[in-house]
Amino acid sequence: MKILVVGGGMGGTIVANNLARRLQRELRAGQAHIHMLSASERHMYQPGLLYVAIGRMLPDELYRDQRSLLDPAITFEVDPVEEFRFDRNQVRSKSGRTHEYDAIIISTGSRIAPEAIPGLAEHSEIFYTEEGALKLFKRLSGFSGGRIVVAVGVPHKCPMAPLEITFMLHDYLKTRGILDKTQLHYTYPIGRVHSLENVAKWATPEFDRLGITYETLFNMKEAKAGVLLSEEGSEAAFDLLIAIPPHRGMEVIERNKLGQGGWIPTNRHTLQMEGAHRNVYVLGDTTNLPISKAGSTAHFEAEVVAENIVAEWKIGGPVRQYDGKVFCFIEASDNRATYAMFNYNQPPQPRAPTQSVHWFKTAYNRLYWASARGLL
Amino acid sequence: MADTSPSTVIDARGSYCPGPLMELIAQIKLARIGDILEVWATDEGSAKDIPQWARKVGHEYLGTETVDREWHVRVRKSK
Repeated sequence: MKILVVGGGMGGTIVANNLARRLQRELRAGQAHIHMLSASERHMYQPGLLYVAIGRMLPDELYRDQRSLLDPAITFEVDPVEEFRFDRNQVRSKSGRTHEYDAIIISTGSRIAPEAIPGLAEHSEIFYTEEGALKLFKRLSGFSGGRIVVAVGVPHKCPMAPLEITFMLHDYLKTRGILDKTQLHYTYPIGRVHSLENVAKWATPEFDRLGITYETLFNMKEAKAGVLLSEEGSEAAFDLLIAIPPHRGMEVIERNKLGQGGWIPTNRHTLQMEGAHRNVYVLGDTTNLPISKAGSTAHFEAEVVAENIVAEWKIGGPVRQYDGKVFCFIEASDNRATYAMFNYNQPPQPRAPTQSVHWFKTAYNRLYWASARGLL
Repeated sequence: MADTSPSTVIDARGSYCPGPLMELIAQIKLARIGDILEVWATDEGSAKDIPQWARKVGHEYLGTETVDREWHVRVRKSK
């Protein structure tokens, strides 16, 4: 049994380690082989970028060597896949080699696409990369007051990040003593401040209480010097624009024509790629599923996929279905946080933020590595 | 009579986040002008939110069909 994991992010790492744990005996006996092909030898804890942007974490705290996160029985190579040949159960990697498999898991993730909105890359700060988060921190360090606009594109990764950066900015500005010289303004694409209705019901009065203004039904159309235009016809003037940019799937997915926008059509319960190939599974941001593009989504999906791949091999069929489970922390203001947990059938019921959840989130920023290794 | 069969079906049933309207906003960017997109939602609010957004932005709202507590909302990309 040859299992190929394409991508070394959260989903790929958790699924590979989960498989290694379930197949210990078969791996030792040489009956199973788990092979990961990744584009990077380093693994980034992406949620940490939010903290880098406001100076609460340093970039080197976000990285581990990918090899160190994987079970020693897993073969790991930095050799990204360039071509998928599902009819032959093969991929071709950048080195030119061909790799065969019995089951393949595609977890290549997503990328920011600020170029989709004219002027956005030039006129905004984007904290979704290490370089961008540091650049924003430097801008904020020199900021002495004015109008900050946080604008949200569609689709985007980490659905709580827009609220979190806004609340955390509020605290940052307050600590620096420039809150009274700053107006924080937030825009959101649909008719409330967050897609989750119950989260919006909580966040709206929080915005009002903290003096954060907002405009809903605002989809970025074009950014110019000092002003952001919306598809809906309105404008938001800014001194500093912080953008949550639209995202796309990875180029290799688009190049291989696996899905429009780089999102692979995926069965919402089995996580198999839609179509004829039952041995092709898709995880995390890479799917086209109508659920949050978040690390927890990839984590919960990875557990289902690992269990089903082993079950397919050992008993000839799957044993679990993915129920759409997502869990997201939400950093609020004043060192408080809450969380949202939901699935396809149950909406979230977020509770009032507390300091204890904030400290747990802070601890999770370190515990993540245990989670990726499959220990949590 | 104009053809109103959808070129893209967005199955956003059970989607709380990002939700049916955000799924439509994402998909409509990838569509061509004239394409019809049909959103399947299991929350009644989408049957109101999607037409409201489409009209505000300038896309054509074509109608909503209710099927067993599901709402199938059709929009034609107009710009």
